[in-house]
Amino acid sequence: MTAIVERGSRAVGKHQAGSPRRPRPRGSYALFLLPGVLAFLAVVVVPFVMNTYVSFTDWQGVGSPQWSGLANYRELMDDSEFWESFRHSLFMVVAMAVVPTAIGLVLAAALFDYVGRHFGSKTVAVLRACFYLPQVLPIAVAGIVWSWILAPDNGSLNELLGAIGLSSWQQDWLGDPDLALYSVMGVMVWVQIGFPLVVFMAGLQRVDPQLHEAAELDGAGWWRRFWHITLPQIRPETYVVLTWCSIAALKVFGAVYVLTKGGPGGATNVPSYFSFTTFFEKTQVGYGAAISTVLTVIILALSLIGLKLQSRAEEAS
Amino acid sequence: MSTALRRYPVLIALCVAALFMIVPFLIVAMNAIKSPTEYSRNGPLSLPEGLYLDGLKDFWERVDYTQKLVNSVLISGAVAGLAVVLSVLNAYAIGIGRVKGRTWVLAFFVLANMLPQEALVYPVYYLSKEVGLYDTRLSVIIVFTVIQAAFGTYLLASVLGRFPREIIEAARIDGANKWQVLWRIVVPVSRPTLGVLLVFFFIWTWNEFLLPLVMLISNDNQTVSVALGVLQGQRLMDATMTNAAALLGVLPAIVFFLLFQRTLTRGIAVGAVK
Repeated sequence: MTAIVERGSRAVGKHQAGSPRRPRPRGSYALFLLPGVLAFLAVVVVPFVMNTYVSFTDWQGVGSPQWSGLANYRELMDDSEFWESFRHSLFMVVAMAVVPTAIGLVLAAALFDYVGRHFGSKTVAVLRACFYLPQVLPIAVAGIVWSWILAPDNGSLNELLGAIGLSSWQQDWLGDPDLALYSVMGVMVWVQIGFPLVVFMAGLQRVDPQLHEAAELDGAGWWRRFWHITLPQIRPETYVVLTWCSIAALKVFGAVYVLTKGGPGGATNVPSYFSFTTFFEKTQVGYGAAISTVLTVIILALSLIGLKLQSRAEEAS
Repeated sequence: MSTALRRYPVLIALCVAALFMIVPFLIVAMNAIKSPTEYSRNGPLSLPEGLYLDGLKDFWERVDYTQKLVNSVLISGAVAGLAVVLSVLNAYAIGIGRVKGRTWVLAFFVLANMLPQEALVYPVYYLSKEVGLYDTRLSVIIVFTVIQAAFGTYLLASVLGRFPREIIEAARIDGANKWQVLWRIVVPVSRPTLGVLLVFFFIWTWNEFLLPLVMLISNDNQTVSVALGVLQGQRLMDATMTNAAALLGVLPAIVFFLLFQRTLTRGIAVGAVK
């Protein structure tokens, strides 16, 4: 997951090359595409088509699938576990897209404007590295670190609360059904924050410093300049980050697997984990395929909206 | 005057926030070198009294961590190399060759890149069993080579689309064929971008969890991420073991981070700056 979100940064680039000046023989270039296309057919297209087909069948993973039409999807509509898991996805979007983007914007602007100008680029690089570090950590490892910190007995957080006299605040952070989802959200904010920060800092480099200087001469304070100059200037990056982080939030799996296994009592179940257990623990393959197909449709729709917003923002700026 | 007064609080606030980000790493490192008795006596927040490495050593031997590291390096390294080659071939046809229908081909790769792995995982699991590749490192290498190359193709196609055409045409006039142009001119000139891709593919594959978890069930084939994730999921580890696991999982990530820090940030800047 950590890996996937980093890809968003590149999507900001807009690349258009001029059309070829004169026609040239095209045939043999297609040969270079052959290995790639064949590999994609085998590894992506065939499994994807198969998964979609299986979602319309009743299949336990052995024997041949029995066509059942829309039965799996009808069952999904009445399955409260399914709706719960998508409701948790919305919480994950808040924790992995909305909050990190908001904090990332302020942090990036503060690092770029204040620290960069007054304390030099070395300081900026060190601070940025600290924020980015969780992004290179495997999510499974991040999960181990945090499940131990948040452990009810002997966990660092509870020990710390006890040490500063707040024993009444001690909680079973990941084991309390009312609290577990918020604990996972907190961990995801920590994991995610480096990505928007780094993308926004790269984006800020193309903001014309004269805009800021002119506004400063006119007496605009830092927050006003941030709101009226910085934000509109890096709007394309903002859309990219929001889109990619939302997609990553919908796909979140490793963190839930390691931190809570979807528990307690389904309190932190998410679509990805739900489909995983339906596939491999309940072996209701058709039903699991239907869950993942719904997830795919949502993600593709979100990608298209994101791409649209991004290209509009790039045209405007 | 007022800004001079204000800038230190901002710096201090940022430093505190940065410290909060790395505190989990520090706590883990601190506790991984405590003995179990010291841990149970003083709790997780005390500074270690000495250097106790037996916990780490026990854990290393118990999970055969050397083997896990070898598997992770092998899989991530192979994927990074192969995915770059595949991306270059695709991007050469799309960006420089401008094959017919390239917009559609590119859109196809972009969509493939966005598909959630959940929509592929069961058929991949099933089909790999059918062809006898289940629970082999090769199966994971093949799948991730393709998935990473989807992104690589997308990025490289746009980079090669801006490749100076004069250079290619000059080489063609000198009699180089398409294959020679690719390996003798396009690849050497694009080496910085390819280096960035190589690093990203390596780290992304290292961190992958869902597919390797499904595909690699035997101990001898598991990656670091999968082995540690499964151990944690079984809830069988005591505090000392958990800390050893966490520290051994964190260390490679920190090594990569220090090695590739410039590449990582520059790589992001490459794509983000228009």
